[in-house]
Amino acid sequence: MQARTRSIATTTRHPLGLPPFARVVEDHGPALLRFCAARVGHERSEDCFQETMLAALRAYRDVHDPSAIRTWLFSIAARKAIDAHRASARLHQPTDDIEAIAVGEDPAVRDEALWDDVRSLPDKQGRAVTLRYRADLTYAEIAQVMETSEPAARRNVFEGLKRLRKDTDHART
Amino acid sequence: MPERDLKQVEAVLSGRPAPDPAAWRRVRAELASRAGAEGLVDVAFERHDSPLGSILIGATHEGLVRIGLPTEDEDEVLAELARRISVRVLGAPRGSVTEARRQLDEYFDGRRTSFALPLDWQLTRGFRRDVLRATAQIPYGRTASYREVATQAGRPAAVRAAGTALATNPLPIVVPCHRVLRTGGAIGSYRGGAEAKARLLDLEHSA
Repeated sequence: MQARTRSIATTTRHPLGLPPFARVVEDHGPALLRFCAARVGHERSEDCFQETMLAALRAYRDVHDPSAIRTWLFSIAARKAIDAHRASARLHQPTDDIEAIAVGEDPAVRDEALWDDVRSLPDKQGRAVTLRYRADLTYAEIAQVMETSEPAARRNVFEGLKRLRKDTDHART
Repeated sequence: MPERDLKQVEAVLSGRPAPDPAAWRRVRAELASRAGAEGLVDVAFERHDSPLGSILIGATHEGLVRIGLPTEDEDEVLAELARRISVRVLGAPRGSVTEARRQLDEYFDGRRTSFALPLDWQLTRGFRRDVLRATAQIPYGRTASYREVATQAGRPAAVRAAGTALATNPLPIVVPCHRVLRTGGAIGSYRGGAEAKARLLDLEHSA
């Protein structure tokens, strides 16, 4: 019987029971796509998402802790978003026009303008705010993704919100 | 008041963009095709509509590895594939799955009496695999008894073990375990339900 058992050369069994990757895509894909859209804008969000998921799939067999999949994915997405930013830094437009739209009537336009402001925040604050409000991560999860402490994660979100409030006030005056 | 404005900012940030299912499907399909092209998918699967209901067809690079009948829970089938073959399981296009879908359509139309598909037998081993290989030899429209397939597999007394092998057939329909009946001709059990088994036998008798 032993001789009949085919060796599984190219594949890996996981003792801790990682879910099939298809499950990971269904469970976390939509939130990752939202996160990408918030960080790099709608136009480039799909590229950011695809880069994130392909990188995740390449490394998936080496994941040791199934309970950390979610924060691991957002760490990858955050890195991919930074790459996308660097690639397009030269093309970034000043936000004056967008702030002018911020006082407009359409709530969707106003919300988009606010997310543009989030993208203009210092990187740590912008990432923390996006992880909190677009990806619904807890502060403990944000701390894991950003490799910092939970109080520091809270502080990044709070400082980000304060700065956004100033921007909003500024746009209204 | 600053306090209130902070709440407003939070409220706007907490708003959800309307979900767009069509866009999500498109993005997911693109991921599947890119992952497949990069060789990152160890088990690719698709769902296929058949007269029995929606079946799941999974394939490794070697060939067809799993057919899930409509009675089987998709999450459980995919979890089994992840546990026993590889966690890199994804709903993605694969030539052998496309070909299996085409041949299954012909089979259900009564236009095909045998399957010519590459099979990956890794989900079954030992005596169970021998039983299923013997089962694969039963011609279209014919039946055999559990004792006969046990004998063909080399252990005439292991009728019960042969029954277990057939009940855990990873490739039903293509490996025709529905053609194995109880001695005396009673229909016996089937992973996909006795009704599905009867339906397959009817199809083969009337075609």
